[in-house]
Amino acid sequence: MTVRINRTNLKTLNLKLLSLTLLVGVAGCASFYEIPIETPIAAKLDVSAFQRVFIAGFLAGGTDDVDGNVETVRLLRSQLRMKSNLRVIDADVLPLMDVASSSRPQGQAAGPGAEPRETPQPSQLKSEKDLEPFEHIFADADYWKRIGEEYQNPLIVTGTVLFTPHSQSGMVQREQEVIDPLGRRRVEPVREYMERKGFILQEKFIFIDGRSGTQIYSEALREERLYNQNDNTPALSSYFELMDEIIPRFLSTLSTQRVRGSRVLIK
Amino acid sequence: MPRRLLPVVVLLVTALSGVVSADARSDAKAQVEFGISVAAKGLWKEAIYRWERATQIDPTYGAAFNNLAVAYEHEGQLEKAGEAYERALKLEPNNAMVRQNFELFKEIHDRTNQSNQSQNSQSQTP
Repeated sequence: MTVRINRTNLKTLNLKLLSLTLLVGVAGCASFYEIPIETPIAAKLDVSAFQRVFIAGFLAGGTDDVDGNVETVRLLRSQLRMKSNLRVIDADVLPLMDVASSSRPQGQAAGPGAEPRETPQPSQLKSEKDLEPFEHIFADADYWKRIGEEYQNPLIVTGTVLFTPHSQSGMVQREQEVIDPLGRRRVEPVREYMERKGFILQEKFIFIDGRSGTQIYSEALREERLYNQNDNTPALSSYFELMDEIIPRFLSTLSTQRVRGSRVLIK
Repeated sequence: MPRRLLPVVVLLVTALSGVVSADARSDAKAQVEFGISVAAKGLWKEAIYRWERATQIDPTYGAAFNNLAVAYEHEGQLEKAGEAYERALKLEPNNAMVRQNFELFKEIHDRTNQSNQSQNSQSQTP
């Protein structure tokens, strides 16, 4: 292939070469040096007392399309296996909702109002308030101590998972490709009214000391994602997308994370 | 006679102090440059030693404090890094590179502080 260079092109090329030479020259004499660094961020929780971690199970609600308890346990266990020094206990997922339904809050006397309730379907639990009547299980130190003894005093991770469908309508800005009268392509922001639907994932992680059965830390995280109404994104795939956002923050509780960046060193 | 000598003595002292400070700066600069070369190889502890030496030799050398701050940051010693950045900015308030480094550092530092605060407010000790 032959490239024809006319006089104008040659001039431009010369100018470009000159500026490149100048740039290289300046960089060579530069009194600064850009360097990549990794800043370690200490874990929020000191887990040095534990060798094992048991992702026990979660009180799950919101939708019947995704088993929030099983999926969350599975995902957290696999992430911790890869990204934590703690040994992950591989045991059956606790049916925490059944356990919470069949037990009474501590200190509550047996009576007509304190009867064990039926286990609700996840879709019946639409908000955090709906989960509250079952959250007494997290304060049941005897229960967690028993679990701890069974698995050699690990750090126990439990909590609530609320994965609810959500829809929203309003003005949305998107980019649209337009071709002007001269045939040039341009990308322009366009605002339009749009119906969107998606999911909200609210997770509360509760960390329990398996030796004493008591809570040592808890953290609530929330993420939401909306899609174009015509997208038909499956609930499970949206759940994984939202968990992708939540997992790094969960992991930063248990293990040191490194933030990558660059800084300038000066001579 | 001593009165006549006074300006000469003053001149001599000024010139000498200039020579001494120039010497200190060139010594410190040598340490800084060596620190940069080892940091580029990933030897951050050695770099910290060199840049600490540079700040001892010439405590007015802003670049040395900036580099020291970067190294502390890399080693996770965020409090020390913050102090070194502040010192560097005090010495070179108009240096855009030091300012940019400090802004990036503050972003991480604030995030860490926020998570620590949320831990304090959310943790429930028995």
